[in-house]
Amino acid sequence: MDVLLDNWSLYGEGLWGTVQLTILASLLALALGVLMAGFRVAPVGSLRTLGTAWVTVLRNTPLTLLFFAVLLGLPRFGLVLPFQTFAILALGCYTSAFICEVVRSGINTVPVGQGEAARSLGMTFTQSLGLVVLPQAFRTVIPPIGSTLIALAKNSAIAGSFSVTELLGVYKPLNEMGYSIVWSFVWIAVGYLIVTLTISALFNVLEKRWGVRR
Amino acid sequence: MAADGADTVTAGDPLIELRDVNKHYGTLHVLRDIDLTVGRGEVVVVIGPSGSGKSTLCRAINRLETIESGTITVDGKPLPEEGRALARLRADVGMVFQSFNLFAHKTVLENVSLAPVKVRGRKKEDAERRARELLDRVGLAAQAPKYPAQLSGGQQQRVAIARALAMDPKVMLFDEPTSALDPEMINEVLEVMRRLARDGMTMVVVTHEMGFARSAANRVVFMDGGRILEDRAPEAFFTAPESDRAKDFLSKILKH
Repeated sequence: MDVLLDNWSLYGEGLWGTVQLTILASLLALALGVLMAGFRVAPVGSLRTLGTAWVTVLRNTPLTLLFFAVLLGLPRFGLVLPFQTFAILALGCYTSAFICEVVRSGINTVPVGQGEAARSLGMTFTQSLGLVVLPQAFRTVIPPIGSTLIALAKNSAIAGSFSVTELLGVYKPLNEMGYSIVWSFVWIAVGYLIVTLTISALFNVLEKRWGVRR
Repeated sequence: MAADGADTVTAGDPLIELRDVNKHYGTLHVLRDIDLTVGRGEVVVVIGPSGSGKSTLCRAINRLETIESGTITVDGKPLPEEGRALARLRADVGMVFQSFNLFAHKTVLENVSLAPVKVRGRKKEDAERRARELLDRVGLAAQAPKYPAQLSGGQQQRVAIARALAMDPKVMLFDEPTSALDPEMINEVLEVMRRLARDGMTMVVVTHEMGFARSAANRVVFMDGGRILEDRAPEAFFTAPESDRAKDFLSKILKH
């Protein structure tokens, strides 16, 4: 217990770092993931190819490798940003590949007739997707998107290895100060639980509010 | 609306023209050298056995099905490829589906007013006022705030007709509009369609309802195996079909 009370601010900073990474990377992942899902079902071949390539590359790259590529690679091309921003980019892009596939499977649960009706009324592809298909797909993908974002929250730990402030990294100074490694990690685990259970709770609410009503 | 005796009646001003239209599904030749002209204000009923290509024909007119060869023109303009031009054309061609396809997440009123606002750019209040008028016309004014799942099949199909009419289409396509309905509900939908025909709407109707074909059609088109076998006035077709296939078809369906 002492390790938490003595280092309240250290744990607090770490938790706040993880929360920031999680929220910002989630927003990026959701935006990119929905966009890429749209690309993958678009009538334009080049967009479909782009969407497929995006998913294939990012889903099949180990996240740590992606962190190396972004944090060490991009500065070589003259793109220098704070490490936290790089971490958000890496986490967000990586997770967007999974969000894309979740959203696409949601799109596939919407009966074909819904899109046909929208198109027969003169809606463009974007309108039919945005006004008719995605709002209905959204209801079926709430639970798997929750799981994907929980995975993102836990994956954010990798950022700690690249000197971004986040929860897991808190163990290093504590270890140096001589605290019990077991108890240091217990409280870190509790911190992750706070984040992931909050995401679960949020998605439970979303599901109750918006879950399939058909 | 009885047709005027002649075997093939084509009104002076063609609204839809199909020329030499062909389409395959794999090895199945679903549309074979289809030639069909629908005049303005005309009601053309397409009948035929299952798999004869009649639904595909109907869906090809607003390019929900692509064709491999031949031309389709609507109001003098050839069907555009994908994109905005196609969307604009579809806005002028109303379509009613066998499975209604009402937007499940929208209320009845939103179903009818959505496209006029988003596609035609009308003001929301104007679109909703017009939607209520149309719902009243199909006898469903009281159902406006409900969701499609709360309505019966016949009510859903009448909403679907109102939704298509809200775009002020030049022509209405009906793809087996009563085939998914309980027998009791078929008539309420057919009545709405009869009224539409009397009001002078150009209609292409794929159906198995022979009573509707007799009473409301200007022409009956009989299809089998992807071909148009007969294209005649309804009385002539029903009393004296020319092709053996049509005789056989009619003898089977008119017996019970």
